[in-house]
Amino acid sequence: MPVDPNKPLEMQKKQYQEMVNRSKPKHPVLRNIFWAFVIGGIICTIGQGFLNYFMGLGLPALEAGTASAIVMVFFAALFTGLGIYDEITRYGGAGTIVPITGFANSMVAPAMEARSEGMVLGVGARLFTIAGPILTFGFTFAWLAAILYYIFG
Amino acid sequence: MFKNPPVIAATATIVGPKEGEGPLAQTFDKIVEDPYYAEKSWEKAERRMLEEVMQTALKKAALAPTSIDYLLAGDLLNQIISAGFTARSLGIPFIGLYGACATMYEGLALGAILIDGGFADYVLVGASSHYSTAERQYRFPTEQGVQRPPTAQWTVTGAGAALLARTGAGPVITHATIGKVLDLGQGDPSDFGSAMAPAAADTIVRHLQDTVRGPQDFDLFLTGDLGLYGKGLAEQLVRERGFDIGNKFADCGTMIYDHHRQDTHAGGSGCACAAVVTGGYLMQQMLTGKIKRVLGVATGALLSPLTTKQGETIPVIAHAVAIEMR
Repeated sequence: MPVDPNKPLEMQKKQYQEMVNRSKPKHPVLRNIFWAFVIGGIICTIGQGFLNYFMGLGLPALEAGTASAIVMVFFAALFTGLGIYDEITRYGGAGTIVPITGFANSMVAPAMEARSEGMVLGVGARLFTIAGPILTFGFTFAWLAAILYYIFG
Repeated sequence: MFKNPPVIAATATIVGPKEGEGPLAQTFDKIVEDPYYAEKSWEKAERRMLEEVMQTALKKAALAPTSIDYLLAGDLLNQIISAGFTARSLGIPFIGLYGACATMYEGLALGAILIDGGFADYVLVGASSHYSTAERQYRFPTEQGVQRPPTAQWTVTGAGAALLARTGAGPVITHATIGKVLDLGQGDPSDFGSAMAPAAADTIVRHLQDTVRGPQDFDLFLTGDLGLYGKGLAEQLVRERGFDIGNKFADCGTMIYDHHRQDTHAGGSGCACAAVVTGGYLMQQMLTGKIKRVLGVATGALLSPLTTKQGETIPVIAHAVAIEMR
């Protein structure tokens, strides 16, 4: 259906939306899911490798988990700094955003960029621009869970 | 329509590394390999590019800044800082413009009006954008890992300037059509092409109706940054209103990159996109006589990240300028 400029605006918007939907390219969902699985899987396998290594050194499971998280965050930050992490994400999508490495990336990226506005008003103020909502809701739900645990636990 | 069509006496262009690897690399005056351009921040780099193209345009026309009556410039950054700071160092009476990615053509139209109206002999027009400054203002930090949808466009790093003169040799601006702000309800900030296509189509149709011309009168219809999908939509919209421009229709956004090789998805965007392709490729084609008459139509999306977060749709504009080689 053509967009008729003599019709009311709401009608034109509907007609145009139909036209856009016809021409709009589909997100390559299957390909994205596949690569998210592969790259996310590789990241998690590396993490598991560190976990096994630290447990092999005699660390208890909980501490070994913390240690491998630290190592993974370090490498994510390093690769962000080297400009590699965003290249990987282009293919890995959610596979690189969801693991803890994605969180590190979302802290380091704004920090690097805010450097030009100085340490306090730049890096200090912007460090949490992307990670902020994650922390806010993380804290909120941890707090809710704690209350539920206190009452029913 | 201009009674005394102003002349585009000189143009100057400068682009970043990615544009320098693109198919139009040969048409630009200068390619800068370093996105920081030896400055401390991307904002400063963008400013330096804009200032440099202004100077180059002046040099090509052998004029001093003092002989220019007005400087018309704009960019994408908040408070159009690239243009304002450039004007600070040039010392030319300055009119700051904001037309998003349509800024260059807004400037060409206004500059032509000033000269034709007898208010100026020389007007310098320019616009700039930078991938990294635009990305950090509109989207995500540049090193942030994000997956771009197929409709996303890549902001062109670069700057373009054009010097308009009352007399002289070169292509002339014969007509201008100022765009109306439209909004057909598109709200996806990663699909500007679909949002801007109706504005481009409306301006093209109004221009042809006002001037009683048809597609046969032009060698080329050149839009600013509709990208692959927006271009198709605009072509369709223009056809629905009775004009077939299909075989003469090009878009700066689809020309500046090789989107298969350079992973730029739907094409280029940004103020510099229309500015450098017009100042580089188009001027070259006109000066060598390959294109005689062109309708340049630059499109702009007049949104801010704030309006998107508040759930607003995207108002869009398109300005057209008819350029002719005489």
